Amino acid sequence: MNRIKIVFFLCLMPLFAQAGLNVQEITLKNGMRVLVKEDHRSPVAVSMIWYRAGSLDEVNGKTGVAHLLEHMMFKGTKTTKPGEYSEIVAAAGGRENAFTGADYTAYFQRLEKSKLPISMKMEADRMQNLVITKEEFKKEIQVVMEERRWRTDDKPKAQVNELFNSLIFRVHPYGRPIVGWMSDLENMTHEDAIEWYRMWYSPSNAILVIGGDVDAKKVFSEVKKYFADIPAYKIAKRKPQIEPKQNGSRRAILKAPSKLPYIQMGYPAPTLGKDGIKNKKEAFALEVLVGILSGTSSSRLNQNLVRNISRAINVGAGYNMLSRGGQSSFEMYATPSEKVSVIDLEKYLKLELKNIVDNGVTDAELKRVITSVIAGEVYQKDSVFGAVMQIGQLETMGYSHKIVDDYIDNIKQVTSQDIQVVIKKYFHDDALTVVTLDPQPLDKNKLPKGKPHAH
Amino acid sequence: MLIKAIFISILFVFSNLTFAKLNIQHWETNNGARIYFIENHDLPIVDINVDFRAGSVKDNKQKNGLASLTNHMMVLGSGGINEEDLANKFIDLGAQLNSSFDQDKSGFSLRTLSDKKSEAVDLLTLVLHEPDFDSDILEREKKRYIASINQSKTMPGSIASKAFMKALYNEHPYGLPSSGEVEAIKKIRKKDLHDFYKIHYLSNELSIVIVGDISRKEAENLGNKISLGFSENKMTLEIPSVDYVKGQEIKISHPAKQAHLYYGAPIIKRGDPDFLVLYLGNYILGGGGFVSRLTQVIREDRGLAYSVYSYFMPFIEAGPFQVAVQTKKSQVKQAKELIQKTVAEFIQNGPTSKELRRAKDFMIGGFPLRLDSNKKILEYVSMMAFYKYPLDYLETFTNKIDKITAEEIKSAFQRRVDMSKFSTVIVGSE
Repeated sequence: MNRIKIVFFLCLMPLFAQAGLNVQEITLKNGMRVLVKEDHRSPVAVSMIWYRAGSLDEVNGKTGVAHLLEHMMFKGTKTTKPGEYSEIVAAAGGRENAFTGADYTAYFQRLEKSKLPISMKMEADRMQNLVITKEEFKKEIQVVMEERRWRTDDKPKAQVNELFNSLIFRVHPYGRPIVGWMSDLENMTHEDAIEWYRMWYSPSNAILVIGGDVDAKKVFSEVKKYFADIPAYKIAKRKPQIEPKQNGSRRAILKAPSKLPYIQMGYPAPTLGKDGIKNKKEAFALEVLVGILSGTSSSRLNQNLVRNISRAINVGAGYNMLSRGGQSSFEMYATPSEKVSVIDLEKYLKLELKNIVDNGVTDAELKRVITSVIAGEVYQKDSVFGAVMQIGQLETMGYSHKIVDDYIDNIKQVTSQDIQVVIKKYFHDDALTVVTLDPQPLDKNKLPKGKPHAH
Repeated sequence: MLIKAIFISILFVFSNLTFAKLNIQHWETNNGARIYFIENHDLPIVDINVDFRAGSVKDNKQKNGLASLTNHMMVLGSGGINEEDLANKFIDLGAQLNSSFDQDKSGFSLRTLSDKKSEAVDLLTLVLHEPDFDSDILEREKKRYIASINQSKTMPGSIASKAFMKALYNEHPYGLPSSGEVEAIKKIRKKDLHDFYKIHYLSNELSIVIVGDISRKEAENLGNKISLGFSENKMTLEIPSVDYVKGQEIKISHPAKQAHLYYGAPIIKRGDPDFLVLYLGNYILGGGGFVSRLTQVIREDRGLAYSVYSYFMPFIEAGPFQVAVQTKKSQVKQAKELIQKTVAEFIQNGPTSKELRRAKDFMIGGFPLRLDSNKKILEYVSMMAFYKYPLDYLETFTNKIDKITAEEIKSAFQRRVDMSKFSTVIVGSE
């Protein structure tokens, strides 16, 4: 019932907006890396431990196990009961949570600064002593299935997105949902969770990032006390699983209860190399393109399609220039206005790209992106949590957090021609994937029987 | 990214609590606007939030959606500068303008680099003082509103929360959907927006909060500049008090896999002396995320749901206490019974001494986290400013929490939380 929205601002690169991070770093003898970002404005500390294990590392039949394990990490260790650490953190006034992505799983606490050791003790314990019982697993897998129903099964746009990913990535694991397919969840066992934990939760596969009103030297010596003696084990070699070149467009229709149709379309796109150099020109051109197309109320897609010609009621574009899996996509999505078909809307979206190929982008548009990035970098300094998050994501994906130092310079170098080149190179019909939502009536009697099928 | 628990809805309620040593300077302008200023030069950023008493509570059924549309249209063209140029002027300064809207308030916030503050404040002032409410843009935005409303009528969570508010408030404006209704929106004209703006955007119902890299003198000028564009009218109509509606049970069918359940009644308004006691009690009952009783009973012990929570949401007049859960259809009856049992037990017996100690430890020990950025300070102080909380609210907060007894919580729940008046809405019941 509360609505807050950003009206005028280019929200580019949440991942990537803070230069000059001033991070101090050590590596423990077991291979665990520790990075500390001091910020003394407030007497608080943020601790995040990142594991280089996400849905990217899962195999068919066991999708969703990375996320399930994240849930099980709250279910007790050899010396603590399920939920006991949550009680300890809460009683210290702390906030905690965890999240799983395609590229990582991370656990965090925000605490008054003197309470920071609570977080270290807890993370060190559950890194090596997690207990996964059949009983706790049986309850938690039900929670995860409810999460899937809530997050995906009952949300038409989320279903479209799931189908879109599975179409655009046929080989690469980014094609699989992070939460896992329902059938895999139904057949998952507590042994699957244990297997995952033993594969990936080695200190050598973890990165601890701490920020806030702390002294880095003291943090390092505390961290050593809790983590240095945890034995490391060998992490399995990861296979690259490269997506073959797409030869021909891919289309699907998803039927779900809805009033409005919806379209999500996109093309495979390169990511910035882990050295920060490979694909640099293209990745930054795509990054700036997304800023020009989307993100503010006066960006091209909204200004042209929603405001000027009223063909859509909502539009957007997205692209991740960074990923651990070395693969990305450029996407556009839109909800058509009344009496506009998704087929027409697809044409209008493509026309926006063609318009840039034909006429380029203006200097004013390029400058606006740069201004927003420079201001965004200052605004990010207001949030310790944001800085810790950024460092953790970059490092877990395999980049150095120092690549942010050159970020603004790289954005500044992008020209109109660079953008035209990437559009021409990557955005052609043979590389296109389109999923549209075909709205179905709510009334059960009018619904087709059985589960909606895409193709 | 998947997050382990949903905290968004409960966070909003947490936003009542804060930190001790925050130096809030406060004054009123000549025409009655209340200014709150927190000077801080650590970062070259200025944050400003402006709230009017012009939320959906000011709507009536015939033009339901007018308050929201007015808020929405405020940023789509001002002083003859069209929507595109206006947006670009903010972006070219690197400034962010956000709008917010809920039952009670219509708000606008500006974040700017301090070396651009004077131009950015000029733009904000233009937006606030000279909205164009252009007819063509209004017609376009009305269509977008109507499309979204129609879409929300297919979404189980939206259907449930709308039916719940209607059940609790009946004809009271809190029972109206805050983004409006289709037929009412069709009737709204440019003149309606102008009239609404004139009547409800008043200097004496305006609170302005300024945080960051700006001097007192500049903050005073800024407050005057913004408030002087609005007229003062102390004869505005009070918001009607809430008549308690008889509890109802409403079931709505839906093809979704999960049923959405809402359960509760209107209970408490801002400034109510029982609020902190109920708030602390609710942390134990259903507000405390992983460690609340409801999460324990529904999620941890039985795996019935990903998210279950309860909260008090005080408004200017009595706002709802509500419990919400989503679970697969076959389990909704069981979840409902467990929720009722858990709430009833809590009302009857109150918290244990161990639960109370832990809840206090959480509130007091975690106090600094509530105010650890300029943005959070802006949000908390804006809430205090809008609802006219005493200035020492933050300083006395931990002390007041510390003194609350288990008996007081039990007594407050028994006096205020009457389950016989609760309504239940289930969307997607079998």
